[in-house]
Amino acid sequence: MNRINKVFKDKKNEKIMSLFITAGYPDITETVDLVLGFEHNGADIIELGIPFSDPLADGPTIQYSSNIAISKGITIQGIFNMVVDIRKESEIPIVLMGYINPILRFGLENFFTTAAKAGVDGLIVPDLPLDEGGMIEDLAHLNGIQLIYLIAPNTSDQRMQLSDQKSDGFVYCVSVTGVTGAREGSEVQQSVDKFIQRSKKSITKNPLMVGFGIKNFTDAQNISREVEGFIVGSALIETIRNTYPKDHWKEEVYTFVHQLKYGYPNT
Amino acid sequence: MSVITKTTYSEPNQKGYFGAYGGKFVPETLIPALNELEKAYKEASEDPEFEKEYLYLLREYVGRPTELSFANRLTDHYGKAKIYLKREDLCHTGAHKINNAIGQILLALRMGKKRIIAETGAGQHGVATATACAKFGVECVVYMGEEDMVRQKLNVDRMRLMGAEVRGVSSGSKTLKDATNEAIRDWVTNVEDTFYIIGSVVGPHPYPMMVRNFHRIIGDETKRQLMEMEGRLPDYLIACVGGGSNAMGIFYPFINDDVYIIGIEAGGLGVNSGQTAATLTKGRPGVLHGSMSYLLHDKEGQIELAHSISAGLDYPGIGPEHAYLHDTKRVEYRAVTDAQSLEAVSLLSRMEGIIPALETAHAFAWLEELMPTTSSDEIVVLNCSGRGDKDMETISKYL
Repeated sequence: MNRINKVFKDKKNEKIMSLFITAGYPDITETVDLVLGFEHNGADIIELGIPFSDPLADGPTIQYSSNIAISKGITIQGIFNMVVDIRKESEIPIVLMGYINPILRFGLENFFTTAAKAGVDGLIVPDLPLDEGGMIEDLAHLNGIQLIYLIAPNTSDQRMQLSDQKSDGFVYCVSVTGVTGAREGSEVQQSVDKFIQRSKKSITKNPLMVGFGIKNFTDAQNISREVEGFIVGSALIETIRNTYPKDHWKEEVYTFVHQLKYGYPNT
Repeated sequence: MSVITKTTYSEPNQKGYFGAYGGKFVPETLIPALNELEKAYKEASEDPEFEKEYLYLLREYVGRPTELSFANRLTDHYGKAKIYLKREDLCHTGAHKINNAIGQILLALRMGKKRIIAETGAGQHGVATATACAKFGVECVVYMGEEDMVRQKLNVDRMRLMGAEVRGVSSGSKTLKDATNEAIRDWVTNVEDTFYIIGSVVGPHPYPMMVRNFHRIIGDETKRQLMEMEGRLPDYLIACVGGGSNAMGIFYPFINDDVYIIGIEAGGLGVNSGQTAATLTKGRPGVLHGSMSYLLHDKEGQIELAHSISAGLDYPGIGPEHAYLHDTKRVEYRAVTDAQSLEAVSLLSRMEGIIPALETAHAFAWLEELMPTTSSDEIVVLNCSGRGDKDMETISKYL
């Protein structure tokens, strides 16, 4: 069974926490260690961001982390090598998240076969909607990489159903119309409830994970009340940005991660 | 001379593809907005009232039809084919961009959108959009790279004078590419009430097709005017290409005709200098800003910074239809350098009393290569897409 499906099956009684980190941020040498640390502190799924120079679905935080990673010389092959290293010690589900241009440039076939061999479980491409997904669906399927589509508050019921059909692993609920980035909890909460209610009617095959704008335990619990779990990216990267490279920066980051999942710090 | 053999050109297809190029590579949040736009545009284009209002504004407000001027001294200078200039520099606001801004704002109003956003490089599209918004009393936000705001200060002041808010963009290269990223982010966030007026034949479907269609009046008029003056079609058509809107506007009505068409890209310091904006000459296919087209990007797929003296051509991508016309060899694409374009500014100013925009000057610069190969019984039409007042600060440095 795919690692993503297994985590949803094994952890039915808790909120699944997926953490997004830009691969190569804050440094190429830190990514593998951070991922393992996230897992020890409560992460159930890791989304590893493939940095892109022009991330048009991302807010300032992920633009920043992407630029740092690119300036440090991150490559897609380098990211696959990180996954290989993570797999030596961990079976945590790994989803790659990246814009289509770098993936196309790497070569679609090469990308999927290398990803599968490295131990990647899923893929999210924020600028590849259902309408264009045909270019990778067969390759993803053939190589056992689960394709995860996003749905937004303005997505029609019909498109939600299609996203459910075409997705494997989970469907990604974008909580607000907007780019990635931490927001005030109330801002997200107001609009998200109705959207989640509607999503649950259309998304029947896959679990639902909600993301965009979540910055702490309370946000996470409130927003994911009706779904299987939540995704945090920008708030995690902000925490790293505020602490790296101070002494014990990683402890501070892991405390944030542990709080996010359990509501209290690690001891 | 290679001319397309296909007699009926019907690009793009239903999915917004020109051959392998185009499409809708955008976040899911924008899909409903694009579908709504596509539907509204289709209805509007079939509504005679919409066309009537669009044409009325182009006549009474923009000043169309623009003249097709015989450039007698330039013609004598080369001593070969006759040179005609399609005078888009005479449009209100000083460039062709206003044709599209008027078309799209009429569509936005028809769709009940209350807020307009736009991106701009040279500032010409920003000015055109700010103008259209002032004319209709609609809120307008223009995203502009901070480097371009310095290069094109006059246009920033013009936009502000007309009530637009100009938001400086400090990310990336601080030019058109980054302004476009920021405009798309704004659109994703404010998708319910905001209409994004894209300024070139780029972006996700239906923009490349729609912007082309709002500019095809350039080519339609040219055809009619030359028919009246010379009783025939031109032998050559030339236009500069950044995103490629003025070029598509004049090329499109001639696609099925026996006319040799040339698009001129910005070579920057030279196409092999690493400081260039010659996307078709040096780029390869990829996805940026919502469509598949040629792009300047490195082996990791990261977008490379373009360079051109002309802010309007300083863009690492190009409209998908140009990518298609390039691959099918229907249009020949060539590049000229910053230095060649400056020489052309000077030549045209002295010969014809027309100071062209730096963008437009790239097309003029190609006459040096083309004219010696022509004969005196042939006709060249060049799209004089904009006037150069906005560039005087840059040009002055080289005088």
